[in-house]
Amino acid sequence: MSLNRREFVKATGAIAAVSAVGFPHIARAESKKVVVVGGGTGGATAAKYIKMADDSIDVTLIEPNKEYYTCYMSNEVISGARKLEAIKHGYDGLKARGINIVHDKATAIDAEKKEVKTEGGETFAYDRAIVAPGISILYDKIEGYSEETAKTMPHAWKAGEQTKILRSQLEAMDDGGVVAIAAPPNPFRCPPGPYERASQIAMYLQNEKPKSKVIILDNKQKFSKQGLFTQGWERLYGFGTDDSLIEWRPGPDAGVNRVDPETMTLYTNFDEIKVDVANVIPPQAAGKIAQDAGLTDDSGWCPVDKKTFESTLHKGIHVIGDACIATAMPKSGYSANSQGKVAAAAVIALLNDEEPGIPAYVNTCYSIIGKDYGISVAAVYRLSEDGSTIAGVEGSGGLTPADAPDFALKREVEYAYSWYDNIVHDIFS
Amino acid sequence: MAKHRLITALAGGALALGLSHGVSAEDLTDIATGKMLVDTCAGCHGTHGNSVGPASPSIAGMDPLVFVDMMIAFQEGDTYSTIMGRIARGYSEDELIQMGEYLKEQAFQPVDQSYDESLVADGEELHDRFCEKCHEEGGKALVDVEDYIILAGQWTPYLENAMADFRADRRMLPKKMGRKLDQMLEEHGEESLDALYAYYASQQDYKQE
Repeated sequence: MSLNRREFVKATGAIAAVSAVGFPHIARAESKKVVVVGGGTGGATAAKYIKMADDSIDVTLIEPNKEYYTCYMSNEVISGARKLEAIKHGYDGLKARGINIVHDKATAIDAEKKEVKTEGGETFAYDRAIVAPGISILYDKIEGYSEETAKTMPHAWKAGEQTKILRSQLEAMDDGGVVAIAAPPNPFRCPPGPYERASQIAMYLQNEKPKSKVIILDNKQKFSKQGLFTQGWERLYGFGTDDSLIEWRPGPDAGVNRVDPETMTLYTNFDEIKVDVANVIPPQAAGKIAQDAGLTDDSGWCPVDKKTFESTLHKGIHVIGDACIATAMPKSGYSANSQGKVAAAAVIALLNDEEPGIPAYVNTCYSIIGKDYGISVAAVYRLSEDGSTIAGVEGSGGLTPADAPDFALKREVEYAYSWYDNIVHDIFS
Repeated sequence: MAKHRLITALAGGALALGLSHGVSAEDLTDIATGKMLVDTCAGCHGTHGNSVGPASPSIAGMDPLVFVDMMIAFQEGDTYSTIMGRIARGYSEDELIQMGEYLKEQAFQPVDQSYDESLVADGEELHDRFCEKCHEEGGKALVDVEDYIILAGQWTPYLENAMADFRADRRMLPKKMGRKLDQMLEEHGEESLDALYAYYASQQDYKQE
């Protein structure tokens, strides 16, 4: 029987206390420990950037999955434009950098004792922790929906198995079928995601099953990049005509509040809609571990100091990515990557008892509406003077212009692919 | 083009703090470090500015003056872009200078990409005749020379897009370059551009040192 890490820490701690008298430098030379919970975009970026900046820091990354499927570009997997393998990433690159990768699930974080416990029974002590758990799907917000139901009516809002299910359902569907996307209320991961998904599905239907259509049953009355999406849908998919491949029904009345997987029926306030493929994306909150660790407020998301991403509820724990409340920054992959770097720099400074430097943040987000047709939104952010918000720099950022010529829309697709290759390399290699 | 813009920038006091001597910490208490700022570029331009491509270029190892100059041209729309201008407008000139200095410290790594080997020799000849005077040493990323623009080892799709913009008046084409380009295209046709791209792409083994 081997000692678990905590017992080991205790045992060596006792020895260290004894030898500290004779060899005081040992205690001082002990490396600082950072534990990162969650190996998605934010967590993996933070772990890598801490290690790159200071190799002496002992970085442990706790992530249950051996492979990570990015949610971004998973809409291309759903339409068949990309293989599932092409959004799969492993942890060998981070391992090679000397990051301790632990494939286990964090189940508790003790902010007082500064330790993280896992399902596997291990305990990891930290000087500072970074929590990047992404989202949790709030199944119980939709009557009849559950983790089990999601096998029949996939949310596909965490990529991997769910993405695969939705893709196979579309492939199995007969021509003339109806696909529904139940779009969630704000705030949620990837605000343009449901609409890019509708576009990608429409592209597939147009090529393979042109008598079919996709209906978006929305909780909201407006959505991200709406003008550009509807323009693209008009140009490519007959949006607004009787033959449109895409129909958008605005909220709040069109919001799905009950499902019946037996009869494949979706219920809204006034309607019941029988469909062939149901992509039900429920409301969301911060990942479960953040809730269990008391890092969330009444909103279900994690309030943080905007300069360092340190939790305002528990000192010594930084929360980044979709789980945190980052004011103007949307819950996107680019945001999580950018926040991971800001948090990494802050953690290093704080470990050295230094004042963290001035942060810089960026978000860029592409949506691919169809072949050679991409759009984007971008923003450069600064910390407000009083430190309370992350705000876009005036005069910068914004959307693809509505009058962008064809060659520009085509280039946006090229840049979207280049962005994907670069960001996953920046995170995992 | 770089020189022209720099003069504008200097007149505007953008470089008053002085690039070569660095900017004193005191002046920059409200500016993030070059590293912090450049880290935000990595999502599209690669870790430390070395892009894994193919359409977004590597920005590591750029001449700092050229970098600042290009960013100002993006800000003002003198250089067409889909998205770069929107992002460039988020930075002050002082911040761009910090970024440029940090990028210069990141060695440019020529990219590993495929190219048509049969065109390389022609491309080199064309480069020597029409381009080398301004794009020294085969368009390489250099160290002690000013005003270089990295062509050798840069991503071909990026160079193609940039050239398309020059030719469509979407990017400021210096007069001399315009003359050389016209002359080359007249004498050697459109294929001459492919040969040039192949030559630049073939330079994969050099180090910026």
